[in-house]
Amino acid sequence: MGRYVLARLWQGLLVVLGVTLTVFVVTRLVGNPVDLMLPLSASAEQRAAFAQQIGLDQPLPVQFARFLGDLATLDFGQSLWQRRPAAEVVFERLPNTALLVAAGLGAALVLAVPLGIIAATRPDGPVDRVIVGAGLLGLSMPQFWVGLILIYVFAVQLKWLPTSGSATWWHLVLPAVTLGLAPLARLTMLTRSAVIDELNKPYVKTARAKGMPRRRVLGVHTLRNVAIGVLTLAGWELILALSGYTVVVETVFAWPGIGLTAIQAIQRGDLFLVQAIVFVIAGIIVIINIALDLLFKAIDPRIDVR
Amino acid sequence: MSAPLLAIDHLEVVFDTRGGAVEAVRGVSLAVARGETLGLVGESGCGKSVTAQAVMGLIDPPGRILAGDIRWEGRSLTRDPKGWARLRGSEIAMVFQDPMTSLNPLMSVGDQIVETLRYHKRLGRSAARRRAAELFGQVGIGAPERRLDQLPHEFSGGMRQRVMIAMALACEPKLLIADEPTTALDVTVQAQIVDLLNELQAELGLAIILITHDLGVAAGLCRDVAVMYAGRIVEMGPIDTLFAAPAHPYSQGLLRSTPTLTASERRLVAIPGAPPRLIGPPTGCAFLARCPIGDEACRRLPPLAPTGAGGRAACFKAGRDAWADAREAAAN
Repeated sequence: MGRYVLARLWQGLLVVLGVTLTVFVVTRLVGNPVDLMLPLSASAEQRAAFAQQIGLDQPLPVQFARFLGDLATLDFGQSLWQRRPAAEVVFERLPNTALLVAAGLGAALVLAVPLGIIAATRPDGPVDRVIVGAGLLGLSMPQFWVGLILIYVFAVQLKWLPTSGSATWWHLVLPAVTLGLAPLARLTMLTRSAVIDELNKPYVKTARAKGMPRRRVLGVHTLRNVAIGVLTLAGWELILALSGYTVVVETVFAWPGIGLTAIQAIQRGDLFLVQAIVFVIAGIIVIINIALDLLFKAIDPRIDVR
Repeated sequence: MSAPLLAIDHLEVVFDTRGGAVEAVRGVSLAVARGETLGLVGESGCGKSVTAQAVMGLIDPPGRILAGDIRWEGRSLTRDPKGWARLRGSEIAMVFQDPMTSLNPLMSVGDQIVETLRYHKRLGRSAARRRAAELFGQVGIGAPERRLDQLPHEFSGGMRQRVMIAMALACEPKLLIADEPTTALDVTVQAQIVDLLNELQAELGLAIILITHDLGVAAGLCRDVAVMYAGRIVEMGPIDTLFAAPAHPYSQGLLRSTPTLTASERRLVAIPGAPPRLIGPPTGCAFLARCPIGDEACRRLPPLAPTGAGGRAACFKAGRDAWADAREAAAN
């Protein structure tokens, strides 16, 4: 088990370095931060001096080697835009994103499982039809649009909630709902179909023939058997949220998380901040995957982790 | 006369489908006394499993009990769903066909037995576990303490069926319904399971309803037998009588198609044709279309009447050798 985790961490490190290298090269190919940072009137000498100052005058392999060397001390270099260590910016913004994702996806998972089970207990009944209909609606709406509609209704018209920012807990509600809506729909649909499949399995008949009450059949026997499927999707939603959806949602709501910071860093040609963000997010995704594998092993002991 | 343990009275079960109501069970009446062993025999779709599920109160929509009554020790169950739920798993227990899929794959077999005991007998965790280990010993599973913690996939098919039986017996039921308990097993393991059921039956004074398509298995375990065809019982009586002198043409055909060691015929013979559709089935004898000696009279429904040999058969021509001509034709 310990060896398994170590092996996975080692693989994960390679993946993260691969991703970082790709970003490292691509950011240097698509634009020159020197042009973005300095005014148009800057002289060639000034440009060269600035390039030298931030290390961009060196050949790419040398730059990457330096980057890796600094990485050993968690030094991602200075953010060009914020003029302070990139790592500091990342770790300042990351908790905001973590809060947003935890609230949005946590609520989605907590609601999706009971809704899916309720729908599955009477397939094609009136309650099921409402849940499936709402699910399809939730699946079909793009996040930026959901966000705008929510802002219009709850912030502009009803004035119940703030439009954007992060000053109070109330500011968390609309971005979290926007982020969690599509995952809620997908997780509900998956739970529903998985439970319907599961209820047709012979062991459910056995449990009922033993006289187990419906609550126990659903809540204990069936739930554990659908857990891996549901958590696989939940893990995927978590990864999607961290690697993309938060960018959209944080932008719409000016939520000061890592996604919004990534967009701003890219717009400003802040290579070092972009690298830091990509490295940290990739690392988190690797760790999520390992944690999910261990969780699956705990749920289903037949799964062999080696 | 005291009431039998289980009495099924003119039970009718239908399944509502798009194509119409499938009449799966069409007026089955039978009774099982304490300690009695009854085989319910017939081919797939004859209604034997649905009858068993009805007794368990496990008919789910789109199925429903259309008419008739099921009584337990004289009390009607169909009119008392709560009482029915209490019996399930405690007084009436069931063993299913496929032991590979009939256990929860993610719960240790011990926990699956323990939950039954805790629910019905209100036992504490350790008392329930002790009882589970005792049950494992009783059904011939060695090293019970260790095996209780294992998951179903760590057991062979025969061992899993023993687990199923131990689970069914956990709360000392008075009636065990075994639905094709040996069908999914190897032949040698089948014999072991039949032997085990026999031993337990004698030891515990269990009543058993054995549902099977295999007359051989029924003969190994049951004293009485009821043959079902198209949702009705066509013949019932002591199993020895059925083997010696089957009265209904369908029973005769079934026996002809069952392999025996002392076969008088060289080849197994199938009954030609197929059972009728159960959406709008014939009102008279359902076997008429396949019966070699049926005639116009059989368009009325034959009652289940005593044959004189000790059993009862639902046939106007009960006792006649229906397949004599077919045999002669085959011989020539």
